[in-house]
Amino acid sequence: MKKSLTNRVAVIWSILVSILLIAPILIVIPLSFAPNRSFQFPPSGFSLQWYVNIFTNRAWYSSLTESLTIAALVAIVSTIVGTLAAIALRWVPRGSALVRGVLLSPMVMPGIITAVAMYSLFLQWRLNNTLTGFVIGHSVLAIPFVIIAVEANLHSYDRNHNRAAATLGSAPISTFFRITLPQILPGVLSGAGFAFITSFDEVVLAIFIQGPNVKTLPVQMWNSVRQETDPTMSAVASLMVIIATVIILLVSVSRTKKLSRREA
Amino acid sequence: MSETRAVSGAKIELSGLTKRYPQSDHAAVDDVDLLIEPGEFISFLGPSGSGKTTTLNMIAGLEQPSAGEVRFDDIDVSHRPAYKRNIGMVFQNYALFPHLTVGSNVAFPLKRRGVRGPDLKEKVKNALALVGLEGFGDRKPDQLSGGQRQRVALARALVYEPSILLMDEPLGALDKNLRGQLQGEIRSLHQRLGVTVIFVTHDQGEALSMSDRIAIFNAGKVHQLGTGDELYRRPKDLFVTNFLGGANVIPIDRAGALLQAAGVSPTSDSAYAMVRPENVAVGQPTSQSEQVVMPAVVSDFINLGDFFEVTVDVDGLGSVHSKMLAEHPVPFAVGERTSISIPKDGVLLVRP
Repeated sequence: MKKSLTNRVAVIWSILVSILLIAPILIVIPLSFAPNRSFQFPPSGFSLQWYVNIFTNRAWYSSLTESLTIAALVAIVSTIVGTLAAIALRWVPRGSALVRGVLLSPMVMPGIITAVAMYSLFLQWRLNNTLTGFVIGHSVLAIPFVIIAVEANLHSYDRNHNRAAATLGSAPISTFFRITLPQILPGVLSGAGFAFITSFDEVVLAIFIQGPNVKTLPVQMWNSVRQETDPTMSAVASLMVIIATVIILLVSVSRTKKLSRREA
Repeated sequence: MSETRAVSGAKIELSGLTKRYPQSDHAAVDDVDLLIEPGEFISFLGPSGSGKTTTLNMIAGLEQPSAGEVRFDDIDVSHRPAYKRNIGMVFQNYALFPHLTVGSNVAFPLKRRGVRGPDLKEKVKNALALVGLEGFGDRKPDQLSGGQRQRVALARALVYEPSILLMDEPLGALDKNLRGQLQGEIRSLHQRLGVTVIFVTHDQGEALSMSDRIAIFNAGKVHQLGTGDELYRRPKDLFVTNFLGGANVIPIDRAGALLQAAGVSPTSDSAYAMVRPENVAVGQPTSQSEQVVMPAVVSDFINLGDFFEVTVDVDGLGSVHSKMLAEHPVPFAVGERTSISIPKDGVLLVRP
C-alpha cells in the first residue's frame, strides 16, 4: 500500500516536471497561429500568416537559410574532427587526459567568455560577420558533444578488429571505413545531430560575431524581440522546436534500432 | 580451396628477433632464432608473459621488432605492414566483425584482394563448407556458439589460401570437449591444406597432441625446440623439464649414488638428475638387470583408478614421486618398507 502511494506521488511529480518543461512550448505554438499582431494568449483565432511571413520576409528567410547552412556545415566539420579526436584520445594514451580537457573546455566555459574571446580573435583574423567564422566558432562549441557521443561507442569497440582486419589484408583507411566506422556509427550520427542543434540554436556567440552579411535565426529573433513585437518570432520558435525534435528523434531511433538488432 | 589443390606452406625464419618496450628493462622477446619448415605445424608453448604471443605478432606484422629479422621464403618482411604479408591469423576472442554476416566476414579478405562476383560466392561457400558451416552465411556472429565462431574465424583466415596460418591461443575460450574436437579439425585441415601453422598455446597437452615440433618459450627466449617426444625425453634444462609433465628433480650433489648406479656421468654444465614419475616403479624389483634398485619407504599413496600416484622416501634422494599403472590388490601400504626400480636410461641429466 505504502509503495503504491509513493509510486503515485512519483508519477504526479513527473507529470508536473514535464508540464513545467513543456509549458513554454505549449504556449509558443498556439501563439504562432495568432490572427493579429499581439502576443495574446490564448489567441483569438487561427491564421498561418506568420509562417508565410518566415518565407516571404527577406530578413527572416535569409537568416533561416543561413542558420540551416551553418548548422549543416558545423555538423559535418565537427563530426569529422570530433570523431577522429575521440578515436585518437582512446587509442593514443600519451597526453590524452590533457588534450581531452582542452577539447571539452568549451562545454564548461561560460558561453559569454568563449564568445568575447572568439570575437576579439576573429577581429584579428577578419572572421567576424563571415560564414567561415560562424562555422569555426560553432564547431568549437559542438566538437565536445561529438567527442562524448563517439566515446560512448568506442568504449565497447574491440580494437582487435583492427588487428584482425590488418591480417586479412585491409589497409588502415579501408579498415576505418569498413570495420570501425560502421560499429561506432550510432555515436557518430548522434554526435552530428547534437552538433547541428548546438549551432542551430546558439545565440551568445552569434550576437558577437554577426554582422550585416551573416545573421543567424536566433540573432534575428533577438533583434525582433528587442525592436518590434513581430509574432513571426513565435512561428520561428515553433519551427525550431520541430527541427530539434525531429533530429533528437532520429538520433534515438538510430540508437534503439541498433539495440534491438543486437538483441535479435 | 578445392580439395585437390594443396596449398604449399611458406618457410619462416626468425633471426635475432628482439622486442623491447620503452617502460621495461627486460626484452619481451630476446634474440630469438628459429627456422620453421614449409608446411610444418609448430607450437609456441610457454607460460603467459614468456614472449610467445609477441613473437607471433611480430611474424604477423602487428608489432615492429626492435631488432632482428622475419623472413618468409627467404624474403625479409620485417618492415612490411601486416596487411601486405598475406598471412592468415586466428585470435583467441575470434575477432569476428559483429556488424557483418558470417558470409561477409569470410568475404572480407577476398574483397580486399579484388575477388568479385560468382568467384567470391563460390570461395565463401567452399570455405564455410571446409569448417562444416554450410548454410550459416546469412547469420550474424552473435547468433553463433563459441565453437562456431572460431570455425568462422578459421574459414575467414583460410579462404584466401595464405601460406602461413598463425593461431593465438585459438581454443583458449572454449570448453574442454569442444577444444578436443577443434584440435582434431585444425590438425586435419593442416594436413589437407599443407599450410605452415604456428600455434600459440600455454596448454602442454594441446601442444604435444597437435604439433610436429614445439618451441618452449620462457622469459623472451626459446629454451628448446624439438618434437614433443624429444622435449619430453631429453629436456635440456630445468624449465623445460618442469613445464612438460611431472619430474623428480634431484640436485646433482645429492644424486651421486643414483647416477653411479645408472652409469651416467655428469658433465660440467649438468646441475640436476631427473627421473620422470612413470619411470619409477614401486615394489619388489623384477629381475631385469638394466634397473637401478633402491630401498624406499612409502609415504603417500593416491589411487586414481587406472593409475597410482605413490610418494616414497629414498635414502639420500629424499621424496620421489612415482606414477604407475594400477595393480589390484594394491601391492603396498603407506609406511611400508619396499624398494623402487628405475630403468637406467630413465635417469637424465638437466642443465640449470
